[in-house]
Amino acid sequence: MVLECKHVWEHISGYLDGTLDAAVLEDVQKHLEHCEICSAILDSTRNILILTADERVFELPLGFSERLHARLEAEMRGPRGTGEEIGEEGDS
Amino acid sequence: MTATSENRNEAQMIASILAGGNTHEFHDLIQPYERSVYSMALSMLQNEADAEDAAQEAFLKAFRNLEKFRGEAKFSTWLISITLNEARSRLRRKKTAKTESLDELQEGGHVSPALLRDWREIPSEALERQEVRLLLQDAIGDLPLIYREVFVLRDMEDLSVNQSAEALGISVAAAKVRLHRARLMLQKRLAPQLKQVMPKRRWFPWF
Ligand SMILES: [Zn+2]
Repeated sequence: MVLECKHVWEHISGYLDGTLDAAVLEDVQKHLEHCEICSAILDSTRNILILTADERVFELPLGFSERLHARLEAEMRGPRGTGEEIGEEGDS
Repeated sequence: MTATSENRNEAQMIASILAGGNTHEFHDLIQPYERSVYSMALSMLQNEADAEDAAQEAFLKAFRNLEKFRGEAKFSTWLISITLNEARSRLRRKKTAKTESLDELQEGGHVSPALLRDWREIPSEALERQEVRLLLQDAIGDLPLIYREVFVLRDMEDLSVNQSAEALGISVAAAKVRLHRARLMLQKRLAPQLKQVMPKRRWFPWF
């Protein structure tokens, strides 16, 4: 079956994820072999996925971990709801 | 966020925390997920201070509700759904989500990609450049929420489609459709921008 470009576009995600049925995959591959536009779309989509998967796109702010664990510490030690640490545990 | 977590015995850590006394293990339990939770919150709230606050709140809620974690889902998926709920309720409170309902109505719409014959290279040092990082952040931030959520989970945080669907409370089929649209929307917007921003000589060919 000969696919039109716009039908190939619908399969780009499936192609990248390797989830296309064998028959569809074959049609898509045949199309990609001769269609420059669709192969460029495929490549650029793949490249964008590689770029966005980079951990540096959303970087943790400096000191994030320290602040988080300090807040958790307070929660673990202190009584719930008040946000205050009242008294000591009694040892020492 | 999958590979490291599966090698640890999270069930054991959780049991030990719940048994009391070992609450400190919670620090170790969540350590591999700090970045994912923050990214998720930032991609939704688009403000670093709000994102940090929401992420902290999500971890606190996870700690307080740990006994409700049944172990049917993966701990990471559970944590992500708590984060999602936290971020969503903040969005509702800020009422910045008012345009999203319109976006959701268009879920059946067709997305066509950017037609560029020669954008085949990958910007090699792309993320060294703040400009490109901001382009990516903006493009992801401008995706309608329902597409942004699934894209961040699947393509940025590397959850499986099934896990993403589970965290979002939608069907696997819906997750696949939304993911596909999100990817094409990003291709349409980013491919021309990146082509402009990155001088060609600095690109590596993909193959
Ligand atoms: Zn084509």
